[in-house]
Amino acid sequence: MRPEASVILLTTLIGAGQGLFLAIFTAHGLALFDLVAAADSLAFDVAGSAIALALTGAGLLASFFHLGRPERAWRAIAQWRTSWLSREVIVLPAFMFAVFVYALVHFAGVRPVLARLPGGGAIDLATLAGLAATLLAFALFVCTGMIYACLPFLREWHSPLTPLNFLLLGCASGFTLAAAFSAAAAPGLTRLFTGYALAFTLLGLAGRGAALVRNRRLKPKSTLQTAIGVKHPRIVQKSMGFQSGSFNTREFFHGRAPGTLRWVKWTFLAAAFAVPAALQALALVLADPAGPLLAAAFAIQFAGLAAERWFFFAEANHPQNLYYQAVA
Amino acid sequence: MTQLALVIDLNVCVGCHACVTSCKQWNTSGAAGPLADVNPYDADPGGAFFNRVQTFEVGEFPDTQTVHFPKSCLHCEDPPCVPVCPTGASYKRPDDGIVLVDYDKCIGCKYCSWACPYGVREIDPGRKVMTKCTLCVDRIHDATKPESERKPACVLACPTSARLFGDIHDPESEVSKAIRDNAGYALMPEWGTHPSNHYLPRRRTAMRVHPDELERADNPLKVDGLLPRPSKADPSLDDVTSW
Ligand code: SF4
Ligand code: SF4
Repeated sequence: MRPEASVILLTTLIGAGQGLFLAIFTAHGLALFDLVAAADSLAFDVAGSAIALALTGAGLLASFFHLGRPERAWRAIAQWRTSWLSREVIVLPAFMFAVFVYALVHFAGVRPVLARLPGGGAIDLATLAGLAATLLAFALFVCTGMIYACLPFLREWHSPLTPLNFLLLGCASGFTLAAAFSAAAAPGLTRLFTGYALAFTLLGLAGRGAALVRNRRLKPKSTLQTAIGVKHPRIVQKSMGFQSGSFNTREFFHGRAPGTLRWVKWTFLAAAFAVPAALQALALVLADPAGPLLAAAFAIQFAGLAAERWFFFAEANHPQNLYYQAVA
Repeated sequence: MTQLALVIDLNVCVGCHACVTSCKQWNTSGAAGPLADVNPYDADPGGAFFNRVQTFEVGEFPDTQTVHFPKSCLHCEDPPCVPVCPTGASYKRPDDGIVLVDYDKCIGCKYCSWACPYGVREIDPGRKVMTKCTLCVDRIHDATKPESERKPACVLACPTSARLFGDIHDPESEVSKAIRDNAGYALMPEWGTHPSNHYLPRRRTAMRVHPDELERADNPLKVDGLLPRPSKADPSLDDVTSW
């Protein structure tokens, strides 16, 4: 498949935004049980939610560039019963709305205690909004992943590893960003987030590595023989019926040399996993919260994940390509 | 239930592209708007087509066959392209089984084209919406046309009658019989899409002539003319009349 900048940006940006909010709410939840000190509402919760909103908003904006008729985008909410894309289009704004409410409640300080946990933690409006946003963040990871995983003949994607990796990679970049951000906004949480970020980065490496190994072993189910229904071991396409390109020759081919693919693969394995994991580990052993170090880790990891997403599309082999092999 | 479909006879198709051009002509002139072209008279011409004829070579020289292979939307009975559409623009008509795109609803997200294993959906470069074969839905049900013309443009244009059109759910229809009698098959059956369009395979057109057909078995000496005329009382070949 042809990697498209709009979709690469959409999935990486909202993944980081979701991960960042999950990190913020993790701190909020742990504070309820007195496991960490509550962070400053304005500097951490509001500012952090604003960053998460900016990331998801930018992703949403990027997604419009994918559409031929962006002015009709609202119609995409219609088929949520059958279409994962439709579900994503519903869940993404819902998630953003819940994050917005969470930030608003923190900002306005409207936090009447609705109930108390046995340990004394106060359940307020912010907790409820944060809980809703957390559930929606998970739902959004599933929707985004299933858009790709539900297509059976794109076999590189048709695996539970696809939504799992969207979840792990989004959390990795989100928690890395949370660590870098908290170094300035809530230094008490930096070590916690860095630990989480390192764990998600390593889990992401395991998940993505498993997908790479799986995809290397895939044998194509469709062949030229089943494509045109002629049972002969030697079939060669002489003409695809037109001399220049068409939608089918552009949308489904990445058009790069196999060497480029290999190069991108090793780049993203280093930039999305190895280098950030090393920086995170370094930040953990250093005594003071290493803000610039973690910021660098996030920047490198985000670029690496963009490369990962490029590779994710390029590595998928659509069976329609069997019909478009010879220009004549 | 009706399931309209095409049956394409690969044994007869000569790869002339008459179906391609007639399809383009009909579908660019309809009420749904033009099927746009890009640089039609320039280098690198392109554009949306519903139907393409491809050519494959089977076997190794000198033992080769050229297979011309027309391909358009197969109007699958279980179309994977329909449920994935977020807007409901892609749908399958329950009354005649045609899979259509509502050009006024489509947002051009291309997801349906990813979900079709056959590569038959194309974005119209002008309207920026997904397009594909409609089985000439605006013509086959047109009561103002004579019955003989209520067929897809490609079927009417094919000079070798390689394209048949009809209801594959009616066991007595021309298409059902053609599929049954000539081992009609579906493309990529491994994906469970149950395409409605079928293809008839290449068949060997050799004539089988037995030696006794070249030489009358009852006349080894080739003396047909010399045979004595049988008497009128002798039984004839059909045992009813006599010479
Ligand atoms: S051939 Fe493709 S576009 Fe046509 S109905 Fe089947 S899956 Fe859909
Ligand atoms: S391109 Fe149009 S028809 Fe296809 S899935 Fe998107 S909205 Fe539906």
